[in-house]
Amino acid sequence: MSRYLPVLTILAGIVAVWYLGAYFMNAPFQRNMNERTGTETTFAEFVGQTMSQPKPTLPAPHQVAVNFFENTFLRKVTSGRSLVYHSWVTLSSTLLGFLFGTVLGILIAVGIVHVLALERSLMPWIIASQTIPILALAPMIVVVLAAVGLTGLIPKALISTYLSFFPVAVGMVKGLRSPETAYLDLMHTYNASRADVFWKLRLPASVPFLFASMKVAVAASLVGAIVGELPTGAVAGIGAKLLGGAYYSQTIDIFAALVAGSIVAVLLVTTVGFVGRMTERAMGVRPA
Amino acid sequence: MNAPASTVMPASQETPTVVEAADLSLTFQTNDGPVHALSDVNLTIGKGEFVSFIGPSGCGKTTFLRVIADLEQPTAGNISVNGMTPSAARESRAYGYVFQAAALYPWRTINRNVALPLEIMGLSKAEQRSRVAATLELVNLTGFEKKFPWQLSGGMQQRASIARALAFDADLLLMDEPFGALDEIVRDHLNEQLLELWARTEKTICFVTHSIPEAVYLSTKIVVMSPRPGRVTDVIESTLPKERPLDIRETPEFLKIAHRVREGLRAGQSYDD
Repeated sequence: MSRYLPVLTILAGIVAVWYLGAYFMNAPFQRNMNERTGTETTFAEFVGQTMSQPKPTLPAPHQVAVNFFENTFLRKVTSGRSLVYHSWVTLSSTLLGFLFGTVLGILIAVGIVHVLALERSLMPWIIASQTIPILALAPMIVVVLAAVGLTGLIPKALISTYLSFFPVAVGMVKGLRSPETAYLDLMHTYNASRADVFWKLRLPASVPFLFASMKVAVAASLVGAIVGELPTGAVAGIGAKLLGGAYYSQTIDIFAALVAGSIVAVLLVTTVGFVGRMTERAMGVRPA
Repeated sequence: MNAPASTVMPASQETPTVVEAADLSLTFQTNDGPVHALSDVNLTIGKGEFVSFIGPSGCGKTTFLRVIADLEQPTAGNISVNGMTPSAARESRAYGYVFQAAALYPWRTINRNVALPLEIMGLSKAEQRSRVAATLELVNLTGFEKKFPWQLSGGMQQRASIARALAFDADLLLMDEPFGALDEIVRDHLNEQLLELWARTEKTICFVTHSIPEAVYLSTKIVVMSPRPGRVTDVIESTLPKERPLDIRETPEFLKIAHRVREGLRAGQSYDD
């Protein structure tokens, strides 16, 4: 219980501030409305009204909760209104992009560690690549790929790849270089080949670094997938849901979609963390 | 894995030479100017000898060991290992090296750590298994095959690392302060076991230490070194018998040798400051 108490306290605080915010942000519209229709209300009734607008400026937590519950559990998962459906669409391109990004990141790191020229030439470009706002880049990727006939899942996944290869590449360069001198000297005394040094020393030594960077990468992949859905004119996915909500001022839908996105993010990060712990246990890491 | 031909020497009183250094020097270029790690070292190590290198830090004892192992390149002079250059000797896997830290790979069990050099040398699985079992038996670690390094004490880890160095049956064992990080009691025990192992395997052992009793107890030859520049100040041929119980360390003969080592160290130190 003492583990959860601090977290729950903060959560209660956030909810309280959120309700306050909902009242103050929705009050001007409600007051205006009541004046025009000549409705007289008590303060309690007025507060109730600010919390139950169909298109509030800031929806109240319970409105978001109800919307989230209905669209998650009460709809068929194949329905265009189901958050499960939209989450799955986003999740699939997140996972594909994450897979590409992890493989690409590892390959780049292996190249950088083994070829001096690559470190000199590639590293500045890799860092520069991450300074370009993904929002500016995403439409270009989509348009260029559409021109060569690639549409749908792949362009979105590539935007995720673009964001996720970077932490993996940087983490793996560090991980592949992590073995101490004595470990490397030992390999040298055995007259081991570079392949042996890689497979028997560098790669196993880099595993903790790989999973740490994969946690960052999977979260970045999700952001990439959502951002990727905005300019693709996607009709499905959390990003599409956000965009649609913004068009039609369906603020409750936007917030519900954000909650769905957060849950997907938590699931992804904890899954990677869990697989990481299992792998390390199998590799004999001393339990903490 | 072919035995180097130069070690074959038919029925002769002369013991074959394993390591021969002539006017060997090594200078490191650092930001604070050159450091003379080794300066004109001349030394011959015969087959089956147990040679200790002793001296204060910076005297080049570890550097000399690393030159034999082809982990450092000398800047002047000559050195041969089994009649070859150190790099040729390394390529023919002429030696096993034991580091100061056990340097076991933490993701491998003891079994698989000892098997590491055998895997790299491409031995068959069956051959690996039998060699690992035999070497673990040699260092009294039978029964710990499936343990990970962190599950073993420091002394056991170092024994596993010695097993790893012995696994491929090189004739030369290079040991760089292998027991330096262990407490006195464990160290005594390991010293005894090491002598036993040396007697059983008839390897040539080069052993770096900064402990005088350890050097005198173990060695047939003690090389006393001094720093700045790193050089050999004395080479002592031990007169102790090959059979050495731990209490030999209280005999006058032992103390006499220890005294000479201490004198050699003191003479080297006087160059200081």
